Amino acid sequence: MFGGLAMSPRAARLWISSPPLVYLLVFFAIPALIMVLASFRYAGELGGLAPLVGSGDPDELAGLTLENYQRFFGDSIYLELFLKSFLYASTTTVLCLVLAYPLALTIARSHAKWRDLLVLLVILPFWSNFLIRVYAWMIILGPQSAFTRVFNGALGLAGIEPVALLFSPVAVVIGLVYVHLPFMVLPLYANLEKHDPSLLDAAQDLGAGAWQRFWRVTFPLSLPGVYAGAALVFIPALGIFAIPDILGGTDGLLVGNVIKQQFLDARDWPFGSVLSIVLTVLAVLFAGMAAWVARGQRL
Amino acid sequence: MRRRPWLVWTAGVLTYLFLYVPLIIVVVYSFNDSRLNAEWVGFTTHWYGELLRDEQMIEAAWNSLLIGVVASAVSTVLGTMAGYAIYRFRLRLLPILVVMPIAIPEILMGVSLLIFFVMLNLTLGLVSIILSHIAFCVGFVAIVVRSRLSGMDESLIEAARDLGATPVQAFRLVTLPLIMPGIVAGALMAFTLSIDDFVITFFTAGVDSVTLPLQIYSMIKIAVTPEVNAVSTLLMLLTLVLIVIATRLAPGSFRGK
Repeated sequence: MFGGLAMSPRAARLWISSPPLVYLLVFFAIPALIMVLASFRYAGELGGLAPLVGSGDPDELAGLTLENYQRFFGDSIYLELFLKSFLYASTTTVLCLVLAYPLALTIARSHAKWRDLLVLLVILPFWSNFLIRVYAWMIILGPQSAFTRVFNGALGLAGIEPVALLFSPVAVVIGLVYVHLPFMVLPLYANLEKHDPSLLDAAQDLGAGAWQRFWRVTFPLSLPGVYAGAALVFIPALGIFAIPDILGGTDGLLVGNVIKQQFLDARDWPFGSVLSIVLTVLAVLFAGMAAWVARGQRL
Repeated sequence: MRRRPWLVWTAGVLTYLFLYVPLIIVVVYSFNDSRLNAEWVGFTTHWYGELLRDEQMIEAAWNSLLIGVVASAVSTVLGTMAGYAIYRFRLRLLPILVVMPIAIPEILMGVSLLIFFVMLNLTLGLVSIILSHIAFCVGFVAIVVRSRLSGMDESLIEAARDLGATPVQAFRLVTLPLIMPGIVAGALMAFTLSIDDFVITFFTAGVDSVTLPLQIYSMIKIAVTPEVNAVSTLLMLLTLVLIVIATRLAPGSFRGK
């Protein structure tokens, strides 16, 4: 009965694409646009947002303002905050690349029947809850843990005072690297796996050593994978708030933490929106840059 | 001959250890007869018993389950439609809207939904969490379904049409059964994402509703006991089972989160 219903291609297209389109417009695009609007508003007396149209009371702040943006660009604290987040995210990206490359290479050059399993082993920990993975480092870096005692013992032998590992920038970077590592391994592996091994044979025949073969053949060919991985690590790392919140000290606040504070503690939504928008602009910029550079590589 | 310089190989193995040792420590300490996660004292299942007596934890688990089931059901339907639409028709807006929630930092979606729900005067709670979870799960389902569709032999549809099937019949009798493993994998993926989500839930939950990740977060922030290890171990076990099923159904669907 239903099967006999004739539907024009146009109608089919409309009926099939509209429900997800409408849902994502309502629950993703519109909230994002409202956030843009919120960044030009005043904060409400009790937090949140002031009414757009005032009740007529001259003391009341209504309408639109550039004040929040002036506050952001007028105080170097916020630019420094973004710079600090940028630094953490870049350090994380570089460390992820250094750790992920040998792993991706090992997988790509292992026997074909093992590759799927080895890739699955990279993905599995990444599907366990994010908080659990951060919590694991709380245990490892905690003041009484075996790791911390051995580490400080080694420092003691070198004549260095013991240090607290947990609640430090080092802990935050370790957490960031741990959580984001698979994002780097997977695109790198996807790229390395496609390399033609005869290129390396040719390089070897022409007299290139292992080191030269890597830097002059494998690495340049893998650059699109490096850029994809870097974007996949850098962008989420830039906005993260839970890792510094759990593993970092009081001075380890990043952009994500300040956004969280503005929305939930200070309840200054317009300013929180400004920070979020700057973060979005940066994220989109970096994603675009990575795509652009990667495309240039392919030509 | 395969090149496998021992240096690269050792580094690769060490990286696997780096990935797994922390999680193994969490599991091992969940059976440790000590309040401190510092050294091994003796074997106990005490913390699992503690978990079952923890009423707030039980409530959080039920909430997470309810949210996960509803959010994955709705996002599977919407995501399948989106995946099919993107595969079949030339669309401009939908492919962007499907990928955007995945591409931007999660916190942005969390705060924009918070503003949105408060503006609508919707009380933050289970409903707002479910609506938010659907919004970020749709894209993942769409991507899995789409990739399943692009692996499908298009001539089967043509054959069905030549034999007199209407487009709807061809979809229901040929396409749908063929992409079913992708849809089920997408549903499991959505359920896993929902039950694990912390950031977006954190902003859209309000004060009264608690989910497992929110409960774990407040325990980590306030007082760490091996009860956290116990609930973490159970949650990891659940995720593991779901992923193994999904990878069997649609190999490759869990390649990226």
